[in-house]
Parts: sequence; C-alpha cells; structure tokens
Amino acid sequence: MLGATSGIAEATCRIWATQAASFFLVARNAEKLAAVAADLKTRGASYVDTAVVDLDDTDRHAGLLSHAVNSLTGMDIAYLAYGVLGDQEEAEQDFNAAAQIIHTNFMAPVSLLTWLANYCVQRHSGMIAVLSSAAGDRGRKSNYAYGSSKAGLSAFLEGLRNRVDREGVTVLTIKPGPVRTAMTAGMAKSDKFADPDAVAESIVKAVKKRKDVVYVPFQWRLIMFIVRNIPERIFKKMNL
Amino acid sequence: MPTVPPPTQQLTLRTTEERQSGSAPFESWGRYPTYCANMIPLHWQGDFSAIAPGLLNGALPVGMGRSYGDGCLLKDGNLLVTTGMNRLIAFDPETGLLTAEAGITLAQILDFAVPRGFFLPVTPGTKYVTLGGAIANDVHGKNHHFAGTFGCHITQFELIRSDGTRKRCTPVENSDWYSATIGGLGLTGFISWATLRLRPIVSRKIEYEGIQFHGIDEFLDLTEQSKDVEFTMSWVDVTSTGRNFARGIFMQGDHSARRDDLTPSPKPKLIFPFEAPGFALNHLSVGLFNTAYFHKQIHKRVVGLQDYEPFFYPLDMVLHWNRMYGKRGLLQFQYVIPWEHAKEGTIAVLREVAKSGLASFLAVLKAFGDVPSPGMMSFPKPGITLALDFPIKPDKTFPLFHRLAEMTREFGGRLYPAKDAAMTASQFKTFYPQWEQFARYRDPLLSSSFWERVTQSS
Repeated sequence: MLGATSGIAEATCRIWATQAASFFLVARNAEKLAAVAADLKTRGASYVDTAVVDLDDTDRHAGLLSHAVNSLTGMDIAYLAYGVLGDQEEAEQDFNAAAQIIHTNFMAPVSLLTWLANYCVQRHSGMIAVLSSAAGDRGRKSNYAYGSSKAGLSAFLEGLRNRVDREGVTVLTIKPGPVRTAMTAGMAKSDKFADPDAVAESIVKAVKKRKDVVYVPFQWRLIMFIVRNIPERIFKKMNL
Repeated sequence: MPTVPPPTQQLTLRTTEERQSGSAPFESWGRYPTYCANMIPLHWQGDFSAIAPGLLNGALPVGMGRSYGDGCLLKDGNLLVTTGMNRLIAFDPETGLLTAEAGITLAQILDFAVPRGFFLPVTPGTKYVTLGGAIANDVHGKNHHFAGTFGCHITQFELIRSDGTRKRCTPVENSDWYSATIGGLGLTGFISWATLRLRPIVSRKIEYEGIQFHGIDEFLDLTEQSKDVEFTMSWVDVTSTGRNFARGIFMQGDHSARRDDLTPSPKPKLIFPFEAPGFALNHLSVGLFNTAYFHKQIHKRVVGLQDYEPFFYPLDMVLHWNRMYGKRGLLQFQYVIPWEHAKEGTIAVLREVAKSGLASFLAVLKAFGDVPSPGMMSFPKPGITLALDFPIKPDKTFPLFHRLAEMTREFGGRLYPAKDAAMTASQFKTFYPQWEQFARYRDPLLSSSFWERVTQSS
C-alpha cells in the first residue's frame, strides 16, 4: 500500500482489513501512518508492517519494495495511491512547482511500477491497482498540471497492461471523480463530492473482478465520455 | 455576513447538504437558529494543534450537528468538523475497552462492535452522533437508571488545549479536567481520542414490552415495577385532555440473552425528501397521529422480540426527518425535575402544553436513576425528564417555551443544553449555578453560540 494515508486508500484498506488482509503500508508522515496502521490492525488485519518513506525519493524504491515483499512473504495486490493535488495557479507561474506535481504523480509512480511490473511478470501473477484520476481524461484550465500528470500515468498504465496481461498480471486503473477527502478539503463545494467509503467499495469490487479501468463513482464514466467528446474548438472556450 | 434574524422572524431556507466546508451555514438538528461559520474539516489527531494558533474569531469542535439548538454553532467563527477523525486505535475483547478517535460516530462503533458481540453501554436516541459529541453533551439513554450517563463509561480521553498542551484525563488523572470536559459542551479543549467501555451482547434483539398507561400515576407505578428492566422510556400524548390526559405507552426492554444473529445493520434507505410546508404539523394532524399511535398498540400490553435498530433508533430509519418540521425548524424542550416536585411539575407542564394547542408528537417521558453523572455540567439528575419538540410558530412557540422554562425553574429542575435554543441567561445560571466554576476550564479559543447566549450578563 503505497501512499497509505490517502483518504481513498485508507477507506479501501478498511474493507480489506475486515477480510483479514495482510498489509505493508508506506507513507511519508510517521504519526499519520501509525494511526492508519492501528486502525487496520484493530479492524481485523492479520498483519500490518509499515515504512516511513518519502516516495518522491525514487532511489529508495527498489530497496523499499523488496523489503515489503519480504515482510509480507509475497504480494497479491500492489495498491498505489500516492499523489498530490498541487496548486494550479502556482504551477502556471513556476515551472518548479509544475515539475514537482509531475514528479510526484507521474515520475515516482513510473519508478514504482517498473519494479512492481517486473516482480509480477517473473511470477506470472499479481495485481497492480493504481489511483489515477478522471481529471486525466482531458486537460482543463482549472487543474491541467495535476490532470496532465494523471493523463501520463493513465497512458503508462494502459501500455503496461498491454505488456503484462499475457503474463497473467492485472493492471487496474482507478479514475475517481471528486471525492471528499483530506486532499480536496480546501476545494469549494467539497461537500458535494463522493463519499470515500462508497468509492472504496467500488474499488474493492473492481479489484475482485480484475477489471482494467474503473471510474468511481461509476457515473464519471459517462460524464468523462461526454467531456472527452466535446470538440476542442468549443472546449477551449469553456470554463472547466 | 448575513444578519441573523430575531427569533420571531422567518428564517431563510438552507439545505443540510451545504454544510461541510468553506464559509457556509452549519445547521444544528433543530435547524434553528442558522449561523454562518467557517467550516474546517479535520482528518488527523494532530490537525487541531497545527491550525489552532492561526484561528481568529474563535473556534468550536463539532461532529454530526445532531444537537438541536446552538450548542454546535459558533456565529462567524470556525467550526472544526471532526468526522474525518474516525479511526479505531485499540480494542480489547476481554474487557470491551474500545479506544477511537473522537470523530467516530456511534453508528460506526456499532458496525464494528455488534458482529464482535459488543454494544454501546449507553446510547442516545440517534446513532448518528460522534464519540466526542456524546462526551461533550454527556448524553443519556433509556438505561439511565441502570448505567448512568455516557460519560460514566468513558475510562480515559485526551484533551488538547489551544496552547498545545495535551492532557490524558481519567477519573483519577487530571480528574478536574475529566469532569469539566464530560458534559463540557466542547469548550474545555479538543478531545482527540477516548476510550469507551463496551458491554457484551449475544443477540441484536431486545426483549420488548409495551404497556399503555393513562396519567402520571400509572406512569410512576410502571416505573417502580420495572426497576430491574434495563431500558425504559415512555411516549406520552401531549395533545389529549380530559379522560385521555397524559396517556401514553410505557416501553421497556432488555438485551436478549438468547444467542442469535449478530450481523451488522444495513444502511438506511429512506430519506425525508423535502421540507414539509409550515402548516403540515398542526393540532389536528398531530392529534390524529397521537391517537393512532396510542391505539396502534391494540392491547394494553404487548410483548415481543425487537431488533435494536427500531428499539433504540426509530427515527434514524428516515434520514433528515427534521425536514418534516419545515423550513422554520423545530424547538426542543427537555427538562429534568427532581423527585421532590417531579409529579406535580410534570402534570403542570403537560397541562400547559395541552392548553397551548401547540402540537408535539415526539414527547418522551422517563425517570432518571440515581447513578451520579461524572460531568461538572451534566444534565441528568434523579427525577423525571420530559422531552418535547415543537414546530416553530413564530408568535406562539417561544412564549410557550419561556413559560415552560420558568415552570421548570420554579419546580427546581433544569433544561438540557444539547437540546436548547431558547433558554435565557438568567434561567441557565439558575439551572447550572456551577457555570462560573466551569468557565475557568473553558479554552480561551473555544466558544459556542449557546455559551455566548447563556453567559451574557443581563
């Protein structure tokens, strides 16, 4: 579980904990990570180990991941929920801010996914579930730094799936619409957003059915279908 | 900021969905009054200490907003919404001790506890309240005469003050803070986590008995006879006069001792979909409801097994049931009158309500037991408690409320802050003479519209 203190990740893990799953949790903040670990353990997780790591640091990825699979003595699902929303306005003015968003949401996951995919291919089994975003389906002026990082991630996952499917490895791209979590707490109308528990239930179902791409809540599949099909001539004039 | 209308004016329509973040009106359950506040959702135990130094205009930790009046409001201040802090910390199946973050709801606790054979030691009439809120209002339930208040089962909690100090509070460690915080209306500091002693159960079922009664004497006889039954409460018809005056149904029950199903509850599916028009609840419609409800139980005595959901939480079946009271909202009135004047006081209040013609169909009567409340400001004490709710009719409801509050004062009783939106500062200070002692424990950052209203100097 990479990015274990993400709101969606935590809600998902709670469901798996009641099914007595074993976890290796990774997050940057030790205090928050300990709170999540205690919660999952109390809810019925069979085993919980943790590592405090800043996943932006790609040099540490290989060591971290091999430690994780050793600790768990194997791995059925790698769940990648690590990401930031970033500040779009700042990213428009400052390349370093934009680069930071792209690094956290795209570059670092690519590093993790490369290791994880090769691990799974060697064993001809396993599942890699990744939180991308519906925002990656089309660039919009309100969050295209974030959106483009997730677009890159979604395209990477699409290609990866095409490569590893024949090896018996499943790659699940999860595309949430807006969800009411700590990440979106500052946004206007965040109370209208989807409930993380409901989103988590859909994710658990999608994992169980070994789906390829899932929009959560499901209505975002239709919404994004429409958004993707607006002609660019019109789209560029819209306020989205 | 919009100005706040005086009590007798019509209030603007606001929907409950508008209340999670940003500057927006946060509604209490009575939907009166409505004030704007800056909503700040908290997700982690450390969040309060991190943001407290930067907060201007005061703050108030809030949970589900289920208190009826202005106890969960802070006009133009910061409301710290704790429902994102809902993690479990530890559970010991040997002792039933559950430690959790304060924003967890009782519903979430039940989802965890019931399949493991445990239940809340005390529960109010809704499970949609947070652990922190239940402590801050020292809520009570149908088993008060058995188990005392909710606070009696809190073995420890952590209190974080706005200056960053953290206190572990138990009945022996920081016991003054423990006592000030239980029933302390969220004003003594930020409760980050708490430990609650759950009780074992072997079934979801309640062995239930419903008995019709006529008048307060019969109610008191039934109360006396059911001393060994854990849960008792009565619904009373406050619209009838004459022969049917103070008729009601006495309900009692115990957790079933027969091993049975312990599956978690399904999610509620009914939602009260719109605001009822202001005239929907009137003397006639409520009178008809009350007569039907009384006679729904055809026999004088009904015995059976009932699931705990309808027994403890009949109104939770319909989400947003408070919309039934229309956009003006509802006013709750709950007193306790000590035994010395309990009977005459209750009869006098019921007569006054019946005479007023103001409808109330949620009228609940119960005898409090003598288990001492742990909180300095806790509401329950030995005697009779009566809870009524009235739709707000601008010219009538408030004058009636003030008459009833004055009667309560004369009979040596007091009102329940968690349900109050209208008692005067002078009444509050008579009801809770210890308020000045309590005020010394208030955190300088924290306040509520309730507190500002009842402590203003007259």
